[in-house]
Amino acid sequence: MSVFHYLAEAVFFGFIVLVFFGGLLTVLARFLMHAVLGLAVAFVGLAGLFFHLGSPFMAMMQILIYVGAVCVMLVFGIMVGQAPTRTEQLGRRGNNQFLAVSTCSLGFVLVTATLVRTRWIAVSERIGDFSLQHLGESFLHQFVLAFELISVVLLVAIIGALIIARKPQETLES
Amino acid sequence: MMPSDSLTTYLIVGVFLLFVGLFGMIRHRSLIGMLISVELILAGAGLNFMAFNRFTAPDPAVGQAFTLFIMGIAAAEAAIVISLVIAVHRRFHSADPQAIDELRG
Repeated sequence: MSVFHYLAEAVFFGFIVLVFFGGLLTVLARFLMHAVLGLAVAFVGLAGLFFHLGSPFMAMMQILIYVGAVCVMLVFGIMVGQAPTRTEQLGRRGNNQFLAVSTCSLGFVLVTATLVRTRWIAVSERIGDFSLQHLGESFLHQFVLAFELISVVLLVAIIGALIIARKPQETLES
Repeated sequence: MMPSDSLTTYLIVGVFLLFVGLFGMIRHRSLIGMLISVELILAGAGLNFMAFNRFTAPDPAVGQAFTLFIMGIAAAEAAIVISLVIAVHRRFHSADPQAIDELRG
């Protein structure tokens, strides 16, 4: 085991720390802008994990789509919608806060205990590889219907978003 | 075996994202805060797909394709919700879910 392996492990744990820190910052932030910042940090960490999973293409798409597009759109929504920038106006649900923390922690512990005990069956032999070429071929052979449907869904969603967000205007009188 | 070469490590991160997102949906008091938490949950789902793809799937293209689909759906969902938030804010002058109770009987 060379020193580079340990260096790679250190980088891997750095990405995991980024995901955990970003996730906690997202839900615990007092201001919505800080929450979006935490989301971006968590997504950068996830991109690193995708890189470790053997897919640099997915890491790049993660940064392009999530950090580049979704986070910018969220900032846009916060600034246009003038949402209350402080996330907590608590007081009336103090007990619910404790209940939420305990329930989510319990669920996390239970699911983690289950998946640590499970013996996952490793893959014996592979068809194809992780290359972008193989991914593109399967998009155009195996998943061509889903691929086209996703395109239509995106188109409909964008047109629908434009129509919903449009200023209500007077109906045309003929 | 190194931790970066074990499926369980990635799954634990995915479970963490799921429950942090659930907690954020309960905690955040505005529609955009809840949308951010849903994005966390979807990211956890994508990480699970990628991890199972790397360790247990015979064809490595399947998990990557599904993760790309999840990214597309998440982007479409974010666009729709942002436009809904803008429309709701224009109508109710608030993004607090508890202020939008016109349909309550």
